[in-house]
Amino acid sequence: MDIDISQYLDAFVEESKEYLQNINDILLNLEKDTGNKDLLNEVFRVSHTLKGMAGTMGFTNMANLTHDMEDLLQALRSGEKEVNPEVIDILFECFDRLDTCVNYISENGKETEEEHTDLINKLKNILNDNNVEISKDESDKHENKETLNEYVLNVIKKAKTEGLNSYRIDISLNKDCMLKAARAFVVFNTIESFSEIIQSQPSAEDIEDEKFDLDFSITIVTKYKKDEIEKELSHISEIDKIEIVPIDISSSISDIEKEPDTNIKNTESGAEQKNDSKDHKNNSPAKNIKIGKTVRVDIDRLDNLMNLVSELIIVKTRMEDTSEQSNKESMNEAIEYLERITTSLHDAVMKVRMVPIERVFNRFPRMVRDLSKELNKEVNLEMTGEETEVDRTVIDEIGDPLIHLIRNSLDHGIEHPEERVKLGKSEVGTVKLKAYPDGNNVVIEVEDDGKGINFSKVKSKAIEKGVLTEVKAENLSKEEIIDLLFAPGFSTADTISDVSGRGVGLDVVRSKIESISGSVEVETQENIGTKFIIRIPLTLAIIQALLIKLKNEIYAIPLSSISEITSIHSTDIRDIHGQEIILYRNKTIPIVRLDKLMDVKEIEGKDEITVVVVRKGDRQAGLIVDELIGQQEIVIKPLGKYLCNVRYLAGATILGNGRISLILDVNSLF
Amino acid sequence: MTSDIENKYVIFKLENEFYGINIENVRSIERIQNYTRVPNAPSYVRGVINLRGEVIPIIDLREKLGLTIKEVDNNSRIIIVSVNELIVGLIVDSSSEVLEINKEKVDRPPASEENEAEKYIKGIGKDEKRLIILIDLEKLLITKA
Repeated sequence: MDIDISQYLDAFVEESKEYLQNINDILLNLEKDTGNKDLLNEVFRVSHTLKGMAGTMGFTNMANLTHDMEDLLQALRSGEKEVNPEVIDILFECFDRLDTCVNYISENGKETEEEHTDLINKLKNILNDNNVEISKDESDKHENKETLNEYVLNVIKKAKTEGLNSYRIDISLNKDCMLKAARAFVVFNTIESFSEIIQSQPSAEDIEDEKFDLDFSITIVTKYKKDEIEKELSHISEIDKIEIVPIDISSSISDIEKEPDTNIKNTESGAEQKNDSKDHKNNSPAKNIKIGKTVRVDIDRLDNLMNLVSELIIVKTRMEDTSEQSNKESMNEAIEYLERITTSLHDAVMKVRMVPIERVFNRFPRMVRDLSKELNKEVNLEMTGEETEVDRTVIDEIGDPLIHLIRNSLDHGIEHPEERVKLGKSEVGTVKLKAYPDGNNVVIEVEDDGKGINFSKVKSKAIEKGVLTEVKAENLSKEEIIDLLFAPGFSTADTISDVSGRGVGLDVVRSKIESISGSVEVETQENIGTKFIIRIPLTLAIIQALLIKLKNEIYAIPLSSISEITSIHSTDIRDIHGQEIILYRNKTIPIVRLDKLMDVKEIEGKDEITVVVVRKGDRQAGLIVDELIGQQEIVIKPLGKYLCNVRYLAGATILGNGRISLILDVNSLF
Repeated sequence: MTSDIENKYVIFKLENEFYGINIENVRSIERIQNYTRVPNAPSYVRGVINLRGEVIPIIDLREKLGLTIKEVDNNSRIIIVSVNELIVGLIVDSSSEVLEINKEKVDRPPASEENEAEKYIKGIGKDEKRLIILIDLEKLLITKA
């Protein structure tokens, strides 16, 4: 089709995703409560909406699939078919396919070529299986749907009894026609003058908005004869072709499909239309529309923003006034006021960017269901704190790590039911997914009540892989063993399963979490369970940082990774095998000379040294800095693609005076 | 219309030679301003500047092309270019004009690759008496040497 749909694409993708999520939730519930009619009705309603949306956007393949899904759901709803695991599975399959479709659309701005015949056939088979009659009915209805619905049939039937004629008029506009909508309007008006329009294809609104190619068809009821209509319409210019087909429903409504004339006509025109649109697709150059990241925002939050901005304007005028009078006191007052507004404004903007973590969590019930089936384990997923809000950019990053962790829990953690009974645990394993805010962080916990981490197994595996020697392994602390788990390529699974064991697990989780300046901790107890604790910052855009000076350059260190600041004497530093360390609070911590690392010229030795102690997980390091400037809220700006590989830097920020200060990547210093 | 833009080049000078960058890739031309050194970056990266709230790396084009390094002066300019989402500022000796050079007037670059600069040459444009070296920005910015 010729319509420019790109502007609706965002909305389409966003809404479809929401609906799909809805379907997912309902299906999961439906599986547990197969008899629930409300759920069936709901899922039917949602897929119907989806179908409509896909149809409007011209995504025919998707619309067809949802249509057949709807048929099955209709059969379920009316009780012709029972909800059984097979049905649920196929519905899930459809859901997955739709999900892929929507993702493809969001990435490419157009639909896949895939026609989903496999799934459509499966759906049809399920229907056929039960009742041949129904399925035929359904598929026939499908063909006819494009042109005649029940309402239209009723009207036509009624008209027939009143001695009126009904026609379908197919009109093709001249392809040079400039104002298609206006031309169509003329046609509509003319037809309306002598008949009653009962249906148009596409709908009248779409025609009005020019959402059609060159052809449209109108179904009318009139007392005019065919040639009379032809004569009326022939006055209108810019029309290529008019075809008037009488609709004959001499037989009863129920078997309207058997009426050969209309039926053949309908399917033919349907096919024609399809071809038409396909040709168009090929003709028009493939537009590559990319969908941006979007956030749905509560209108209250936007109102709040608006209010703050208007206050900002007020304060601006106030400052203008005072600057004329040059009254210091009122200036200070205005600045204070300004400060208050910027703080609230910052807060409000942050809130706009916040999304409930539910968006990540809601795909897990389904995943756990599929996985536990696959692994022959019984697992119950308990989720709490889905309403916890995190920054939109964070949301996109934590999905994969969480999937890894949950898969891990299911595969490595939770035992098989027999084993669990032997250990005196309940047959059904539990995985708890918990999110809660904690100061400027959000904590996400993945906890299972499985067998816990087997330290000796981890050790022997590590020795086997040559990660460490046997002698070294003897002296490892618990923490160090856990650290091994996060080493690249490490897996304790004895056999490689579909789920895990490829050794691409935990190291990826850690690096991903650390890339968004978060941290991962593990708590484990044999036969009681394992708990992964992920800590991520509320937002990535604005952080609290300590500004420090190296010579005359200013650098920022994220406050979240600083544990303390201390001052030492140069003689406190000891050199052990080339590594400088200090003894601090009875712990030895390595020293990092930032000026060397940052390539600062003319380093001068001082006696009194300021050390910023930073931590990564439970490891610490002391950074030597020249001077402390102070704590400040900074806005993180990326260094850009060109410099993204530069070591030790996490980004840059713009200081109050417009100069740029670089942000240290503390994690990379270890 | 598009062919017009394709043939338009922003002309700048390095040493005694004239160079050209396709105008499509040029976002703006700025005066030299304070920059912040980026440690551990390639040596030809002078640092980053704050361009209306955006952090943009700047490159000393003389060093990148293997010419003798010269201190920036009043004539020096930063040409902000963008190629494939990469935004970089190039320090040049001076920038004067925008020229239209038809495709017929562009010769293929010399085949030899004996010096650094010649790797990044897309062609040699002729404008009356001058020869203008047309730079292949993509090669210049993406191949890191």
